[in-house]
Amino acid sequence: MMKEYLEIFTTFSKIGAFTIGGGYAMIPVIQYEVVERKRWVTKEEFTDLLAISQSAPGILAINISIFIGEKIKGFKGSVVAALGTALPSFLIILAIAAFFSGFKENETIERMFKGMRPVVVALIAVPVISLARGLKLNKYTSFIPVLSVLFIVLLGISPVWLILAGGILGVFYFYYFSKR
Amino acid sequence: MISLIQNEVVVTRGWIDAPAFTDIIAISQMTPGPIGINSATYIGYTVTGGFWGSLVATFAVCLPSFIIILLIALMYKQFKQNRWFNAALTGIRPVIPGLIASAAITLVTPDNFIDWKSWLFFLTAFAAVQWGKQNPIIVILMGAIAGLIFY
Repeated sequence: MMKEYLEIFTTFSKIGAFTIGGGYAMIPVIQYEVVERKRWVTKEEFTDLLAISQSAPGILAINISIFIGEKIKGFKGSVVAALGTALPSFLIILAIAAFFSGFKENETIERMFKGMRPVVVALIAVPVISLARGLKLNKYTSFIPVLSVLFIVLLGISPVWLILAGGILGVFYFYYFSKR
Repeated sequence: MISLIQNEVVVTRGWIDAPAFTDIIAISQMTPGPIGINSATYIGYTVTGGFWGSLVATFAVCLPSFIIILLIALMYKQFKQNRWFNAALTGIRPVIPGLIASAAITLVTPDNFIDWKSWLFFLTAFAAVQWGKQNPIIVILMGAIAGLIFY
């Protein structure tokens, strides 16, 4: 019983402590820990909860943690997961704010970041392939992710509108085919 | 989210001036964890000068998420078998890889990719996680070590 909560806490605090760059950078780490290693949620559920957490207000990583924690162990699970994600941040920032305000100008840290920044971009790109594969896209639906990229990157449209549009498109498509 | 925080904390309340806010955001982006949590903790500390301010700010930034996501999670369980809900999700799912790809593409900036070594790190990290099935946390740490060695 306690062991399970502890496992949720340590998993999410690991995610919180070792990812830099915020929300999107945490997705591959969460996927690796929660879908591939612990198998708490399936790949399909993970895609769904990403969609929902992205459209809901609030901090993406916290939303995802609450959702997954709830799935594993109900309300208490969600509290433990969110606490795990937030605690390392909280402690690190407190330490920096109190003792180490020269952090930003530190030369060693800047060198580490020069190495980490491109790595984080690579990690963000990794789930794209596995998520797209898991969807079993056909020749009609494979244009959706491509169009989404064009809309966001070139036109600067908010992801929330695309999620909404995807939902409406899905309902119309279903309505059209269920009538025939 | 950052622009909302700035509007509230710098403009409306006047708790922190603009340069100090910029520093806080820069540090929040450099330190591990969600940027929203990092900046809330830092702003709470700066405004009150102590631990309790950080705690209150961090707690408060998470609270709405709790209420909203728990309600949605409940609905998700309830409607998972509903065919209309599923139809909507079927349309939404293909958007998600597009969103994540966009996040990666918009991060390919001169700030993040300073020279050819950056691209080498990028490709090595991508291959290590995509095909080598390496733990992403280990790969991030390797990136930090590579930065210390090569710069």
